[in-house]
Amino acid sequence: MNKHILLSLFALILSFSLSAQQHDHNHDHDGHAHDHAHDHADHKSDKHAKEHHADDHGDHALSCAHAGDHHHGEFDAGATAFHHIADANVYSIGPFQFPLPCILYAKGKGWDVFSSSKFGFDRFGHGDGHYAYNGYVLDGGTVKRITDTTFPEGKVEIKGVIHDKEGAAFVCYNDKMWNTDQKSTADGGVFGGGITSYYDFSLTKNVVSMFLVVFLLGFMFLKVAKAYVTRNGMAPKGLQSFIESIFVFIQDEVAKPFLGAKYLKYQPFLMALFFFVLGLNLWGQVPFLGGSNVTGNLAVTAVLAIFTFLVVNLSGNKHYWEHIFAMPGVPKWVLTILSPVEFLGIFIKPITLMLRLFANITAGHMVMVIFVSLIFMFSKNGTSPVGGYGTAVASTLLTLFMMAIELLVAFIQAFVFTILTASYLGAAIEEPHHH
Amino acid sequence: MFLADFSPIKPDFGLFFWTTIIFGIFWFMMAKFAFKPIANALKAREDEIQNSLDEAKKAREEMANLNAENEKILAETREERSKILKEAKDTRDSIVNEAKETAKAEAKKIAASAKLEIESEKKAAIADIKNQVGTMALDIAEKVIKKELKGNTEQESFVNQLVGEIKLN
Repeated sequence: MNKHILLSLFALILSFSLSAQQHDHNHDHDGHAHDHAHDHADHKSDKHAKEHHADDHGDHALSCAHAGDHHHGEFDAGATAFHHIADANVYSIGPFQFPLPCILYAKGKGWDVFSSSKFGFDRFGHGDGHYAYNGYVLDGGTVKRITDTTFPEGKVEIKGVIHDKEGAAFVCYNDKMWNTDQKSTADGGVFGGGITSYYDFSLTKNVVSMFLVVFLLGFMFLKVAKAYVTRNGMAPKGLQSFIESIFVFIQDEVAKPFLGAKYLKYQPFLMALFFFVLGLNLWGQVPFLGGSNVTGNLAVTAVLAIFTFLVVNLSGNKHYWEHIFAMPGVPKWVLTILSPVEFLGIFIKPITLMLRLFANITAGHMVMVIFVSLIFMFSKNGTSPVGGYGTAVASTLLTLFMMAIELLVAFIQAFVFTILTASYLGAAIEEPHHH
Repeated sequence: MFLADFSPIKPDFGLFFWTTIIFGIFWFMMAKFAFKPIANALKAREDEIQNSLDEAKKAREEMANLNAENEKILAETREERSKILKEAKDTRDSIVNEAKETAKAEAKKIAASAKLEIESEKKAAIADIKNQVGTMALDIAEKVIKKELKGNTEQESFVNQLVGEIKLN
């Protein structure tokens, strides 16, 4: 009976918070669609409103006339989802945004280290900065750099940031549109990124989440490790027995079966992978604590995959390399096909690890945001309260269900990453059998 | 708009850098201060439990052996006791029998010697009586003869002969 009460209480809280967000969104979007004058009475005029409508009906030419407005007329669930799973230079707890340290490097300009509060974003908002700082702006929680180096240094008030259809951002300042650069990414243009004029080494939301999770895990594990000394000869208790059950599970189900007698040498790596991934997966599932999509970021999973790649291939024995380049008992001409495939396999294995974890966690976060977004879609930006509240109930239940699934996925993906790493490692260190 | 905004798929150098640092430190520190000590402690405990179980099994086996031995010893002791008892009984019986035999023989001997003594005493007594009767008869005869013959050796030996012919039964 207690469980039911707790569940309904949780559902109620969730639907309240959703309806609060809904009001927030109504405020933002509803106004633009119908009457600007009411929402932006301070500096908007009828003339502006007319111009805006003219723009909407015209060829959608981009102009700074309405910068600072939230000019997206209709709620875009896809964009909302992308925004929520993205890394950010602000940390959001519930609807509140908190500043984070920015560490930026631009060629020919050098390092810039400052707090993202310099951008003057709204604490209760979406992380859009009202100021530019040293040629950087904050757009939807992400730092962007103004391409034109003639833009004034220091803290400069801007009118706003506007976007074209392709998602490129332009800064409105001095009645001019200034191009911006996205931060440099390592995909070489494959996924639409590439090297630009600056690099972002900031302590972003994801980095801060990683630090928090690692500190939490470290604190827990040191406490548990200490318990084995202080409680030597006694049965495990509390946190120690909780951690021990998971630890022993990984040791007995993953490390020992795949690595055999040498398991103790590689076990710390497997444990570190498992608990790191599991911790971050779970941290991303905690409601109202940012919902950081850390393990759903390709950079993070790529680093983990590279660690796996290095550990596996640096541990590989003669037998392992022999099976890749000169599989014994296979005719020479077959080897010309087999060996390149086997060689590619060395890289494909960690790449699949990287993509699997990324795709699973990102998909989970997106599904959650989309389910919540259903409310705003069905409420038609607040014009249909029946649709909104009706969907809120259904959506809450769906989201609860998805959260349960995601909790499972958090464990499964951490386990899968670890067990596959163990199997690759096991193949690399396996001693030859006599056929 | 779509893939362009899908930023998690664009590996960002900063996140790359920080993940490497954080995971590297996490791996190193946890391996040194948590994963290895915990694994070792678990291994030690596992060995200890295995040893204890083995020892308990061994102790149980020893206990069983000991019990069997005890049982055997007890049985042996019982047998020994009954044997000793039997022996004791036999010894007692033989002693008693021997004693009986000895006593019987002794008694016989005593009886025999008593008989002999009685016989000899009887003979002595008879001889004595004979002598006394002879003397008495002589005295009588002497008195008688004295009265008639005043002593005669021929008669005296005749009388003695007569006396000797008298058999007292």
